[in-house]
Amino acid sequence: MSEGNRWTTTLSVATFAALNVILAIGLNLISGFCGQVSLGHAAFYGLGAYAAALASVAGVPFPLAILGGVLVAGAFGIVVGFAALRVREDFLAIVTMGVGFLFLGVVRKQPWLGAEMGIAKIPSPLDKWGYAALAIGAAAALVLLSLHVRRSWMGRAFGAVAQDEDAARAIGIDVAGYKIAAFFIGTAAAGLAGGIYAHMTQLIIPDTFNFIQSITILAMVVIGGIGSTYGVVVGAILLTLMPELFRFINDYKLLVYGALLLAVMRFSPGGLAGLVQRAFGVRLA
Amino acid sequence: MMLLVGERLSIAFGGVHALEDVSLAVAAGELVGLIGPNGAGKTTLLRLLTGILAPDAGRVLFEGRDVTRMPIHRRAQRGFALTHQIVRPFRDMTLAENVMMAAAGEVTRRPWRALAAVDARRARERAMALLARLGIADAADKPARHVPLGYLKRMQAARALALEPRLLLLDEPLAGLNAAEAARFADLIVELNAGGITILLVEHNLGEVTRIARRLLVLHNGSLLAEGEPRAVMARGDVRGAYLGAEADTGTAAHA
Repeated sequence: MSEGNRWTTTLSVATFAALNVILAIGLNLISGFCGQVSLGHAAFYGLGAYAAALASVAGVPFPLAILGGVLVAGAFGIVVGFAALRVREDFLAIVTMGVGFLFLGVVRKQPWLGAEMGIAKIPSPLDKWGYAALAIGAAAALVLLSLHVRRSWMGRAFGAVAQDEDAARAIGIDVAGYKIAAFFIGTAAAGLAGGIYAHMTQLIIPDTFNFIQSITILAMVVIGGIGSTYGVVVGAILLTLMPELFRFINDYKLLVYGALLLAVMRFSPGGLAGLVQRAFGVRLA
Repeated sequence: MMLLVGERLSIAFGGVHALEDVSLAVAAGELVGLIGPNGAGKTTLLRLLTGILAPDAGRVLFEGRDVTRMPIHRRAQRGFALTHQIVRPFRDMTLAENVMMAAAGEVTRRPWRALAAVDARRARERAMALLARLGIADAADKPARHVPLGYLKRMQAARALALEPRLLLLDEPLAGLNAAEAARFADLIVELNAGGITILLVEHNLGEVTRIARRLLVLHNGSLLAEGEPRAVMARGDVRGAYLGAEADTGTAAHA
């Protein structure tokens, strides 16, 4: 590998790691902070990617196309948030999984969405460095937002909703409002990652946003430590690097991530953040 | 003025009438006891009043306003607080944090406003004052999962008080407490009532409820059987009959 090639690879891995951090932080807001299971996070990644791609292909300027992706994903997130008001836990898991399959099912069949061929020739206004800077900047902003949410009264109320909805209602907390807010922020973040991804690769296909992708994002959150912003960042980076370092993992992603998920739940339910807490007595934010 | 009114409330589950045509009114400042043997419909009535269940017929008025379809959290915001029979602390929070959640109602009312607010000093001050008032300030920073039931019961009361309620619905607050703890908690209820909070108390501990309530409502088989001054009500033959017929635990009824 030439020096230049290695740089290009490193840059693209760093960009993907940043996108995964955005996705995982978003899911952690929904599942870690607010306690709402979601097995369909990739659908919102896809919604953002498709919305931003279509906008760009139609001639919408890049920043507005990205914003469009964020808003479309967030809007659908609100819809799923409303579903989360009706069902809890296992059923919510099934509903969100269904949302993921519904998204794929629709995208695969619609000619105006490119069907199986996806959308190609998406305009790309930035170079590799530009996308890396954008993705890393966005990831950093999301990390700061997540840390702020945790410290704010919104984060406290999310905690109350996650721990006991009925008790939260009894003390005047608008449980529905907070769930919808969590879904909106989390899915809008996924939409942001999708918009950046679509312009960077200039080609999107339905399979990128499948169930395996949803489970991968969930694995990042759980392995890093559900509820811990720093833990989730580490989880996202680790799981981005793993398939790069060990190529064979790519073929057995679901198997490897499934095994890792089980191991974490069995031996350290707090994930890596929980391990750090046990080893050093420091609680990661 | 009537603070809380239940008007001809009825509800059936699968064709069985759990409550039929029950009406009740609680005036501002009152301390009312709601009793009845197991299965009489006390919990169902409480759920209708608080909004956990919607009645098939009838309505609930709070401060003269129809709140039958108003969500629970909105009622709580308006000063209609309840405590659960089984204590429901936020287990991963400390006792102080539990009470702070309720004390910060103004801040948490709108999610977006809550996102902009970080400062917790005022809520903490109020929570600490309430915990001190209930005599559990010593455990303020202990996680709720590690403190005994007596503390949790008091914390739950503090959490309800943090809402600055005008009406407090207590669902078996004495359950699970020993005689001395129950008597102390009952005294606390009297004290809160004297402080201006109207209280509707659902309770199985007849000794304590007849001691502290100034008016009793007796529910039996889904309808209101008797109503009035506690001792007079408990002396009635039909009330005794309801308890003796329905409960093996006749000792409590006879004792009361």
